[in-house]
Amino acid sequence: MPCIEASGLRKAFKNTIALDGVNLRVEDGRILGLIGPNGAGKTTALNAILGLTPYQGELRVLGRNPWTERDLLMRDVCFIADVAVLPRWIRVSQLLDYVAGVHPRFDRAKAEGFLTKTTIRRASKVRELSKGMVTQLHLALVMAIDARLLVLDEPTLGLDILYRKQFYDSLLNDYFDRSRTIVVTTHQVEEIQHVITDVMFMDRGRIVFSSSMEDFEARYLEVSVRPEQLAAARALRPIEERQAIGRSILLFDSVDRSQLSALGDVRTPSIADLFIAVVGDKPGHGAGQSPGAAR
Amino acid sequence: MNTMNTPPNAMPESSRDSEINDSQIVAPAVLAATRPFYWCLGRELWENRSIYIAPLAVAALILFGFMISTVHLPDKMRAASALDPMKQHEMIEQPYDFAELLLMGTYLIVAVFYCLDALHGERRDRSILFWKSLPVSDVTTVLSKASIPLLVLPLLTWTITVATQWIMLLLGSAVLLGSGQSAAPLWSHLPLFQMWMGLLYHLVVVHGFYFAPVYGWLLLVSGWARRMAFLWAGLPMLAIGFVEKIAFNTSYFANFLGSRLQAGDDAGALSAPGHGMDLPTVLNLAEFLISPGMLIGLAIFAAFLVASIRLRRYQGPI
Repeated sequence: MPCIEASGLRKAFKNTIALDGVNLRVEDGRILGLIGPNGAGKTTALNAILGLTPYQGELRVLGRNPWTERDLLMRDVCFIADVAVLPRWIRVSQLLDYVAGVHPRFDRAKAEGFLTKTTIRRASKVRELSKGMVTQLHLALVMAIDARLLVLDEPTLGLDILYRKQFYDSLLNDYFDRSRTIVVTTHQVEEIQHVITDVMFMDRGRIVFSSSMEDFEARYLEVSVRPEQLAAARALRPIEERQAIGRSILLFDSVDRSQLSALGDVRTPSIADLFIAVVGDKPGHGAGQSPGAAR
Repeated sequence: MNTMNTPPNAMPESSRDSEINDSQIVAPAVLAATRPFYWCLGRELWENRSIYIAPLAVAALILFGFMISTVHLPDKMRAASALDPMKQHEMIEQPYDFAELLLMGTYLIVAVFYCLDALHGERRDRSILFWKSLPVSDVTTVLSKASIPLLVLPLLTWTITVATQWIMLLLGSAVLLGSGQSAAPLWSHLPLFQMWMGLLYHLVVVHGFYFAPVYGWLLLVSGWARRMAFLWAGLPMLAIGFVEKIAFNTSYFANFLGSRLQAGDDAGALSAPGHGMDLPTVLNLAEFLISPGMLIGLAIFAAFLVASIRLRRYQGPI
């Protein structure tokens, strides 16, 4: 049974279509990065997965219908929506009491253990903590829950660089163990490139690209082409070309590495660059026409 | 650039091992169904400390005022002994009744403000996203919130009133004894047990159950309104009343609301003459509990609750 399985997921708001027939399948033990511009439908998709919003179409999360079984589903699913959702009036000790009281899979000792590594005091109220500390607190709570799926929606929004780095480090070192699944959306694409195992691009309510990171690395190459080789490089039909400090950088899809290394320095492109090639500067593009469009 | 693409799971073996051991130790405990409800109730008290601070503060004020008034108590008691027993009774009971009324009023004010914020505050500060990330159903959440005005506040108000009146009686007795008078008239004119049982009935049955549709309506509005819940709670009532008055020149709706808020004629008919909060007989109580006014009110309350629960499922942060 896949962790998340959706087919024909649709959701329309008054004037916009947030989800326009999304099909996706996330297997257990994957870390999926969901990338897309503002308004692409990422958060709506996550809300549907978490049972926070009704939808049309088929959706199963851990075998359950999230809209009708949210409270049961939440025994196995955790989510951090963004930094500012912990109630500001609550004390850290009360928060621990409450979660320990209502969550059957919460290990209080573990959460206390994570907190001792921080400067967060039990008697503090959430409103007295800095943004970074609130995130640390939320992460400590979530990591102490023995869940099967963790959903992160812009978890590091508004944090400084130190906290952001720390966030993903502790997630990988202290939490992820290959049996859990993580779905993360973020605009800080470069931060998660080395974290995720799968990547999906969303645009205008559709999934326009989907790949495992192994396939991504095998398939896409970026070459910093020497000017005299430019014509030869263009002949290999790059999917994207951009200029950087006097050099042309060309992005290739499924072109042999040895062939490319004759043209210049070859490397794996960043997700952000591929995202621009797939989704970016294509006004009015049809979602299905993008290279590598998933389904 | 290659370092960017190292496999994501490259973490020290040792930390992975300890991780696996940890998760094996944590066997998922089974929770009793009532446990989430208990903790939700606790959470309401943490968040809305006015639930107990307001009546405690009022009780402290009452006691402070009473303490000052005891300066004149010996003179008053001496004057009272000349009056006929009925007047004497009234005079002695007056401060105790006043304390009761003040605390009851505090209960109603706290209940109204609590209800109007109960399902609004968590959407306003976005914390609803956190509460919904925990395995607590909307039913449990809404029921725990509804039980604050319906059960917690009446019982708390009763306890605080009893304690306040008890302290007042002890204070009064001490002052009388200190001035060389007997405290016996004080005790004989205050049927404490009867007063307290009558108060318990009044708080739970009238201000709790009979007012339930009011609390239900306020909860529903707080879950529905994006802002100005207070206005949305009151305006429709005014509008219905005005439209009825203009269209039919009648005021059934206004009378209906008015009688409900005055605890109804049904409730009033129960009480013994002379004192609004005396203990009803068992028969009267049963009659009131199954009276149409009470049952219709509870049915409306239940409908409002179901709507609130459904609404919370759909609602996110504002």
